[in-house]
Amino acid sequence: MRFLFKTHYNQDIDHFKHGGDRFWYGLLLVLAAAAPAALGTFYLGELNLVMIYAIAGVGLMLLVGYTGQVSLGHAAFLAIGAYTHSLLLGAGLPFLLSIVAAVLVSALVGAGVGWIALRMTGIYLAIATLAFAMLTEQTISRAEWLTGGFRGLAVPQPSLFGMPLTQGWQRYYLTLALLVVTLFAALNILRSSTGRAMVAIRDSEISAESVGINLAVYKTFAFALSAGITGLAGALFAHRLGYLSPDAFTFLISLQLLLMVVVGGVGSMRGVIYGALFIGFLPQLLAIARDTLPPQIAQAPGLEPGIFGLILVLVILFEPQGIFGRWLKIKSYFQLFPLYRGATHRRQKTYLRTERLR
Amino acid sequence: MSYLAVEDLSISFGGIRAVDHVSFDVEEGEVFAIIGPNGAGKTTLFNLVSGIYFPDGGSVRFAGRDITSLPAHRIAPLGLARTFQNIELFEHATVLQNLLIGRHVHRRSSALSHLLFLPAVRREELEHRRRVEDVIDLLELAHYREQRIANLPYGVRKVVEVGRALCLEPKLLLLDEPTAGLNPEESEDMGFWIEDINRDLGVTVVMVAHDMGLVSRVAGRVLALNEGRVIAEGSPADVQKNPAVVDAYLGAD
Ligand SMILES: Nc1ncnc2c1ncn2[C@@H]1O[C@H](COP(=O)(O)OP(=O)(O)O)[C@@H](O)[C@H]1O
Ligand SMILES: [Mg+2]
Repeated sequence: MRFLFKTHYNQDIDHFKHGGDRFWYGLLLVLAAAAPAALGTFYLGELNLVMIYAIAGVGLMLLVGYTGQVSLGHAAFLAIGAYTHSLLLGAGLPFLLSIVAAVLVSALVGAGVGWIALRMTGIYLAIATLAFAMLTEQTISRAEWLTGGFRGLAVPQPSLFGMPLTQGWQRYYLTLALLVVTLFAALNILRSSTGRAMVAIRDSEISAESVGINLAVYKTFAFALSAGITGLAGALFAHRLGYLSPDAFTFLISLQLLLMVVVGGVGSMRGVIYGALFIGFLPQLLAIARDTLPPQIAQAPGLEPGIFGLILVLVILFEPQGIFGRWLKIKSYFQLFPLYRGATHRRQKTYLRTERLR
Repeated sequence: MSYLAVEDLSISFGGIRAVDHVSFDVEEGEVFAIIGPNGAGKTTLFNLVSGIYFPDGGSVRFAGRDITSLPAHRIAPLGLARTFQNIELFEHATVLQNLLIGRHVHRRSSALSHLLFLPAVRREELEHRRRVEDVIDLLELAHYREQRIANLPYGVRKVVEVGRALCLEPKLLLLDEPTAGLNPEESEDMGFWIEDINRDLGVTVVMVAHDMGLVSRVAGRVLALNEGRVIAEGSPADVQKNPAVVDAYLGAD
């Protein structure tokens, strides 16, 4: 076991708690930076997609995992980011400005949705966000003059400071850089009073109010932040697609994003990365599974959402802390070996509201 | 003008008058207790004062200001903190995080500066942490600092909730049954802490309690409620002897 001697409160504030952390994350970054040299175009492209998912996942995790507000409509913010970016790029705006605009527009719409949905929680919020996503999808397909509807919208080639980003590795680095920036921004929020207010709302609204947290402001802010980050992922996703049409942003994508957050581990930023890897490579697994399944099942419509939904339910039932939680358990198994006991991670008695005195 | 002045406060739920024309005054610096059988309306009264519910009639003034129609998040920054009878902690956060959340009203930096975690934000965080550590020392919570609430025993949660309220650096503290469910030693400790909070930190305390031993020890004055109405007010000894109070308690059981 590792004992950490703390000599300054800064150690609790810092992102990296000790030298080991710094080393492992540094190594990870070096590996990520070296990936283009080692991987072929296909896998580099897939990894790029995984990181785009991860950015969207950070956005959704802030909302679902840290503020406790469920969204089944985040594909809409992905779409808004993608379309805003493509349209502005097409109108001649420089790449970086266009990305910033995509983030701001998504955040603004997110704030609107959050504000309207203020009084809703749980399943009602999920349904409301789902309805919003369907509305967005409809709007995009109807507004042909702007978006091209189902005919689609060609995404202009990205270029940075006059240098066209046509190569896979260039886009890979762009995504990697933006993922790192996003992660740091999210972790910064979480270690300050804004992030703590979000956590407070997740765990007890009545207490949050009583310590002075304005629920309306922070819920709206969480929605805006989440939507803005997802919009950033959308802008990058647009380049990945090359051609936008409303059916690239269906309910299936929203479900996939939620799956990523839940499977990775609710309430953990590392979980986002695990979750992104999982859903990034899930289609490949499904494709392999398709080949082995009898055609009646393999070709059945709705197979993918069905499987996504099933995984979602199984994870919630059997490993609510997701891959991240499982990892922690495996880690402590080895740290405590041979003393690990099955009950180590069982939650102790919890006090249900009904069994407390009234 | 009293420090906390509750006047003619009423609220009904459906047909039940949970709080029925209740008036009382609390002076700065005192420990004021509210007693009464279950369902008397004590918790509801706290919810009205702290801005969780809004009354059908009457008014609440705190430190010379009318707070009757202010929501809870606007009342807390004025220096009013509370605990809950049913413990409302942030279950999936650690004790330290819970206490830091209690510092919310003292934040100075904006969300934008949090995104970048500017040096001023770090300085502010260190300041919050120092204040939180003072509370941890006072309530002897050091052992539990890094533990999640979900893993803590009931008695410790009760203390953490008081700690979180203290992190607001309140002028007035509302404690809803601070010793309910505690064993005798824990109750005794809680009694000492309430005295310390009142004397050393200069916080005015209003507490709901059933334990008359605790009330007689720490409270200067007592208000007795039954079925939403005030039935007695005065020193602990007098109120305890009051026939209406005796009746209310006997009738309830
Ligand atoms: N939100 C509410 N909705 C309906 N009835 C309530 C509500 N809050 C309190 N009451 C009722 O008000 C009365 C007083 O309750 P409460 O203030 O909790 O009593 P006490 O704290 O003195 O035990 C009870 O009859 C209770 O059922
Ligand atoms: Mg009560």
